[in-house]
Amino acid sequence: MKKTILKPLILGAMVLGSLSAEAHRAWILPQETQLSGEDRWVGFEAAVSNDIFVANYHAGFFGNVEVAQPDGEKGSIENLHTGKYRNVFDVQLEKEGTYKVFTASNGMRAMWQEDGKRRMYPGRGEQYTPEGFAKNVPEKADNLRVMQSSRRMETFVTLGAPNDTALQPTGQGLELVPVTHPNDLYAGEKATFKFLIDGEPAEGAELTAIREGTRYRNQQNEITAVANKKGEVTLTWNGAGRYFIEVEYKDDKAKKPATERTGAYIAVLEVLPD
Amino acid sequence: MKLVNNALAATALSVAVMQANAADLSVSVEIPELDVAEYHKPYVAVWIEDDSNKVVSNLAVWYDIDMRNAEGEKWLKDMRQWWRRIGRTLEMPIDGVTGATYGPGSYDLEFTMGKAPMSDLQPGDYRLRVEAAREVGGRELLNVPFTWPQQQDITITEQGSSELGAVKLTIKP
Repeated sequence: MKKTILKPLILGAMVLGSLSAEAHRAWILPQETQLSGEDRWVGFEAAVSNDIFVANYHAGFFGNVEVAQPDGEKGSIENLHTGKYRNVFDVQLEKEGTYKVFTASNGMRAMWQEDGKRRMYPGRGEQYTPEGFAKNVPEKADNLRVMQSSRRMETFVTLGAPNDTALQPTGQGLELVPVTHPNDLYAGEKATFKFLIDGEPAEGAELTAIREGTRYRNQQNEITAVANKKGEVTLTWNGAGRYFIEVEYKDDKAKKPATERTGAYIAVLEVLPD
Repeated sequence: MKLVNNALAATALSVAVMQANAADLSVSVEIPELDVAEYHKPYVAVWIEDDSNKVVSNLAVWYDIDMRNAEGEKWLKDMRQWWRRIGRTLEMPIDGVTGATYGPGSYDLEFTMGKAPMSDLQPGDYRLRVEAAREVGGRELLNVPFTWPQQQDITITEQGSSELGAVKLTIKP
């Protein structure tokens, strides 16, 4: 894996259109992650902002947030409201177990030169479709660069005891597979997560974890880790709190006609005091 | 379970009569008097774990059982360790285990080996855990390590510092 991972990600954010032109952090933040009782609701905030978790940059687009329920059924977000800098929405928890609240996209993107002008697909605000790709991207062009890219952003909440049904990987893009359950994290214990790229261990994936409250300290105090052969990373937390997790992966095992494969994974996880 | 307190209701006493003189293990939990503007009686859980952190007995859970629509269950997870170790897998309420919250005072619970909610402990090392969480207040978890069985009567005391007072475990051989 190469170190020059930032540039394609910045461009990726540009072409995907749903984010800012810069590589700003985006997140979906639950108010609570472990709940007891019956028929509960959880409120979420979602925004694009480098300050963890202070919504002060861009609301972003979160109308496509999906919910996977503890039995694998599709749920939905309710009461979505978009403010200047953030979105808020609710999810109702009627079933016991773990809910995954997420957005995911997989596709190809391309950049090339045409008549001396820079072109790209998908364009700003445009969604990738195989048809659109076939129609818009030339087979040959100057500086043609085709990338297979995936991006997933998620968080988890659990009513009652956690389970894994909603966490089954799809085999597409960069995904987290729990070794330690993401709603069973405690400050004094290590946590292990496995990452898959298109269903295979994402060896070399680079993880960064930052605890909330950066505004009240002078350093980001990020935790970094690189996935081993099995795609696993083991983290020692910097105390209790909600963490912003970002994982980046890149290799050249792309689906044709792409020559590069990139995966981005973002999660918000809550670590409780012991 | 036998629960004895000076100020206690008659219902608990009738349970006590049925199991008199058979206690192998008694636990005394003290809830301290607190000088705070807004006081809510704490949620308290009492349980036993073996040396691999597995819960072997869920002994007592005091929470707001009388709220409408089981609304009181909403804060059970604030007893974080109890919730994690056992609470989240249980259907509440539980006969002989769950009960209403108590205000400041000292409460004695008595248990008999093999008699619900006390399981028949195999010889080994255990810890009694008592966790208290109070609305608009704090949370405290006390651990009382012990070995079962004992040759003679033994009392082990742990002193809480915020949400719990003294927790005493008495074991009779």
